[in-house]
Amino acid sequence: MNRLKPIALTVALVAAHLATPALAQDKVQFFPSLTGRTGPVAPNATPFANGYADYMKLVNLRGGINGVKTLVEECETAYATDKGVECYERLKGKHGGATVFQPLSTGITFALTEKAPNDKVPLITSGYGRSDSADGGIFKWNFPLIGHYWVAGDTVLQHIAKKEGGWDKLKGKKIGVVYHDSPFGKELLPIMQERAAMHGFELLLLPVPAPGVEQKAIWLQVRQQRPDFVVMQTWGVMTPTAIKEAVATGYPREKMFGTWWSGAEPDLRDVGAAAKGYSAVMMQHGAEPQSAVVQDILTKVHGPGQGTGPKEEVGSVLYMRGVVGAMLAVEGVRAAQERFGKGKVMRGEQARWGYENLNLTQAKLDALGFKGVLRPVSTSCVDHMGSAWTRVHTWDGAKFTWASDWLQADEALIRPLVKNSAEKYAGEKKLTRRPPADCQS
Amino acid sequence: MLYRENGQFKTSYRADQQIFPIAQDRVVMALLLIFAVAVVPLVMPEYFFRAVLIPFLILSLAALGLNILVGYCGQISLGTGAFMAVGAYAAYNFQVRIEGMPLIVSLLMGGVCATVVGVLFGIPSLRIKGLYLAVATLAAQFFIDWAFLRIKWFTNDSSSGSVSVAGMNVLGLPIETPVQKYLFCLAFLIVFGLLAKNLVRGHIGREWMAIRDMDVAAAVIGIRPVYAKLSAFAVSSFIVGVAGALWGFVHLGSWEPAAFNIDRSFQLLFMVIIGGLGSIMGSFFGAAFIVVLPIVLDNLPYWFGIPIDTALAAHLTYMIFGALIVFFLIVEPHGLARLWSTAKEKLRLWPFPH
Repeated sequence: MNRLKPIALTVALVAAHLATPALAQDKVQFFPSLTGRTGPVAPNATPFANGYADYMKLVNLRGGINGVKTLVEECETAYATDKGVECYERLKGKHGGATVFQPLSTGITFALTEKAPNDKVPLITSGYGRSDSADGGIFKWNFPLIGHYWVAGDTVLQHIAKKEGGWDKLKGKKIGVVYHDSPFGKELLPIMQERAAMHGFELLLLPVPAPGVEQKAIWLQVRQQRPDFVVMQTWGVMTPTAIKEAVATGYPREKMFGTWWSGAEPDLRDVGAAAKGYSAVMMQHGAEPQSAVVQDILTKVHGPGQGTGPKEEVGSVLYMRGVVGAMLAVEGVRAAQERFGKGKVMRGEQARWGYENLNLTQAKLDALGFKGVLRPVSTSCVDHMGSAWTRVHTWDGAKFTWASDWLQADEALIRPLVKNSAEKYAGEKKLTRRPPADCQS
Repeated sequence: MLYRENGQFKTSYRADQQIFPIAQDRVVMALLLIFAVAVVPLVMPEYFFRAVLIPFLILSLAALGLNILVGYCGQISLGTGAFMAVGAYAAYNFQVRIEGMPLIVSLLMGGVCATVVGVLFGIPSLRIKGLYLAVATLAAQFFIDWAFLRIKWFTNDSSSGSVSVAGMNVLGLPIETPVQKYLFCLAFLIVFGLLAKNLVRGHIGREWMAIRDMDVAAAVIGIRPVYAKLSAFAVSSFIVGVAGALWGFVHLGSWEPAAFNIDRSFQLLFMVIIGGLGSIMGSFFGAAFIVVLPIVLDNLPYWFGIPIDTALAAHLTYMIFGALIVFFLIVEPHGLARLWSTAKEKLRLWPFPH
């Protein structure tokens, strides 16, 4: 008797579900969008979702992917892992099947990494998720395209070393790492520890519990220990809190460096001029209001009033990240069509091949309007990352300006780290490395 | 007339003491079990298993465990998330470190570890009670969050602090597909549901309830408060620990301590309060209310084809959900289970109420 009510509810749910008129038409490529428009990361995740949606609209206005129109449906996760899993389950089978998921959360990525191989849905996790998933030999369905935490961590240290005048100048120095006390934050640490051991600097680990608004204690530690630099792996409400605390502590902003989730306009706008001098490392793109793709979106999508979100944020850092994410998702499908048939709808499995054989040359990127925004990206069976370029930008009190030339992560350092970690994962899971023949599947 | 008990005579103690003394209840219960075991796996789409039914089953189990402690023994606990985490991480360690460890044994061992921790954190209940105890169990939540974030041994030296399991099977039968996972959780829930029901009907349950209602009077009639309180903590933590292990292993597959944070503790406490304190059935109602309702609310605009911003839908869900909690607690402070038993009372007289 005691389970009658929930089951009746469930039956009602199913009935309602089946009664829904099928929205999907034949030729539509479905791109689910897991959004974080509410919750602790809302100020940062909202522009991403808007950029993602707008670029997909632009693709349709440009004629789709060889004629196949894109379709976006959103599901709100509020950055919670269980909500994210629910959204994934809700969307993965809709409209002919999901093409690719971009969870925008490391926690959700960890959970989906276990599910994606069974469902045959690829995941793009640009700059987050598992760093070791760059090893395509073990992570067949994960694509940390254009960079992961270790690329960001390595290049931020390179930038600091360059400013100081060489790696040997870092010897004996102390670098504080302020990080979110979750897999998202901790994923940065292996590369920092590796570099610390190599160059003889000391790490001061400063974990902040989620969601990151309780930082008094760690900034007190910063005040006591006076690290020479502070590297921040923060996201959402955590970043502005950290910067305000730094202002209150009197820690110079010129010595603070964010990884690529900690350096966007919503993080610094409230602090404004007080945050002047704060820098963050960007995987290729930053705020690009002048780029061709942004102008295209402004005239074609926002012009007729079809835009998602406010017009002012178009071209801002996180909006661009959504645009880049959408572009990578679409170009993978385009690559897959080259092999499986132009103008056809690609299933997740086929799209996966596309992401694994992505070859975005500079000419292709320029034609899409990403001139000056991105450098070539080329993936393979072994390398699911495709590119390891970054730049550093600095807040001038009102906007970001580029503060460094292109930096490239040290492959010789990162590759073994990725491989070891991936092998450990495979060992725990009793997986074997994909044979070369599998690369063509 | 549907619910008429006339003519149902009990001629033995056995018949009088069964779980469902009324024939109609037995029939409905049997039909429900058949439906859950045999019909649901055939008709439900995959989404319902993964996103609705499996979380519902596992959280019902956790709520059942918590209800024993809060509802039957009157010891308020805010450490449920922590005990779930202990179950999950302990089961993970048994699975990873011992070659060839059977899945069910690791899950149950996870429960045993949670029992030990639960009893440890239950010791303060001998001296303090009510809200003070709630704050003391909060310590369990913070301490265990800290331990799983900081002590690398628990996570098998994972660099990110996140652990995952794969290749689950029971006696060679894989637990991979949603239906298999659903049936696996359902089996746990049925077994633990029956155990819990029998425990609370028996002398142990009566001791718990006596302690809950008035501990001094209970002690006077010969109930040992130490034994009663700690046994409630033990049984409750065991069930909660197993639920935690299932949540990690079956539902998430990969988890971090945040999956068992303080929000989870609150969520479970709300389930127990809204479902009905001191009622096994209430745990199921509460879990359904907390797990299923937000998903339904979230999906409603879509089902009716109303184009609505996802952020707005999420905010509306919170608002309606909050309003419903207040509404139900005003209408029936004793929880949804009480509403159900009132309905049963009315059905007995139907269609001739007097």
